[in-house]
Amino acid sequence: MTTQLTSDVHAPTAAGARRARSGISWWFVVAVLAVAATYIRAIYFTPLEAIQGPAQKIYYVHPTSAWVAFMAFGIVALASIGYLWLKDLKLDRVAESAAEVGVVFTSVTLVTGSLWGKPIWGTWWTWDARLTLTLFLWFIYVGYLVLRGAIEDREMRARYSAVLGILGALLIPFIHLSVYLFRTLHPMPIIGKPSRPSLPNEMLETFALAFVSFTILFIALFRARYHLAIARDELDAEDRG
Amino acid sequence: MAPDARPGTLAAALLIARKDLAIEFRTRTAFFSAVVFALLAIVIFFFAWDPTAVTGMDLAPGVLWVIFTFAGLLGLNRSFSLELADRAIDALLGAPVPREAIYLGKALANVVFVGAVEAISIPAVALFYNTPFGGRWLAIAGVALLATIGLVAVGTLFSAMAVNTRLAELLLPMLSLPFFVPIVMPAAQATARLLSGRPVLEAANWLKILLAFDLVFVAACMMAFPFTIEE
Repeated sequence: MTTQLTSDVHAPTAAGARRARSGISWWFVVAVLAVAATYIRAIYFTPLEAIQGPAQKIYYVHPTSAWVAFMAFGIVALASIGYLWLKDLKLDRVAESAAEVGVVFTSVTLVTGSLWGKPIWGTWWTWDARLTLTLFLWFIYVGYLVLRGAIEDREMRARYSAVLGILGALLIPFIHLSVYLFRTLHPMPIIGKPSRPSLPNEMLETFALAFVSFTILFIALFRARYHLAIARDELDAEDRG
Repeated sequence: MAPDARPGTLAAALLIARKDLAIEFRTRTAFFSAVVFALLAIVIFFFAWDPTAVTGMDLAPGVLWVIFTFAGLLGLNRSFSLELADRAIDALLGAPVPREAIYLGKALANVVFVGAVEAISIPAVALFYNTPFGGRWLAIAGVALLATIGLVAVGTLFSAMAVNTRLAELLLPMLSLPFFVPIVMPAAQATARLLSGRPVLEAANWLKILLAFDLVFVAACMMAFPFTIEE
């Protein structure tokens, strides 16, 4: 068992400097270009939707962010199981990085959904099953990050967050089930919620592009966060040594 | 039991539960504060709504379950912080009993604790909110038991984790409350159906969620518990 000193990740020590010099990641370059391409295509080369107008452009941000967030939390659960099994800190760093990026994308999902909800549903928020589930996902994984921040000991932090990472994944179906039952028993007045139209080809292609570019963006952010976690652990090891 | 025979898992769990309850019974600090908290909250909630617009009957189920959640947290907080005094936890971990028995014993004591708070606050709500429980009290006690098992299963595990963190008591509600959603929602909905005299069958789906939650999380938390204590 080791005890860990608090340390500033940005402290100019050898390991930190080594990481800082490692240059820009090509994943980031590709991700930024892909996301930029997606938006140029979405804004200028994809037709406006007849009923929703420009609000429908959310389609190229919102579902893709939700997809990335779900993927991230799936990674957290798998890496957590793996950590408890193999006790390899690499897996803990994977879980940590995926959780943090996942929370960012969940926040994007919630905010963009809200922005779209106002003109289309007439309200910023409604207790629809999906919205509620996303909100609770956000709470679970923000709690996960707070838990990580509250534990000094490196090994204990990994163990505790793995436990929470697994239980959080187990909780999701239960929240889904109860909010769904809650809504079907008390139908909510959802204003003008359209059944999803079948998309014209231009929209579908832009959507697919958004999907790919967001996934690349996730990989880029995840890698950056993962390297930060390695650098921090190295620094902590130096502080102790 | 022979003097140096190792107790089985269940016997050890009962011993640990008895120890925790004996401490609680002799000091009575947590229990009294939880009961007083529950009663105060019942009274305050009543004034938070306009009683001429919202009837006590509509208010009671929600109030009950919000209060149980928070009163439960008071007890759960104590479950492991109690062991910090004189490093009692070391003795507990050094005892030749399986780790699962420690979890079960702690959880059992917490079920009794939260159950006792409920046994006082449910009649108090019936009294103050003028909601006659009538012939339904057995069914409501059943809902309360199912929900309490779920609350305690998750809460006991998180209590063991929270005491070892820098935030201690602050962290427990933050970790637990999202997990209480699929307990509080079905429990409040089922209680509302039962109180308003609807057929029990209407609450069946909610009870199924509670039951499934209990099964999954008692098993999962018992398996996870050994990972939450120092080796």
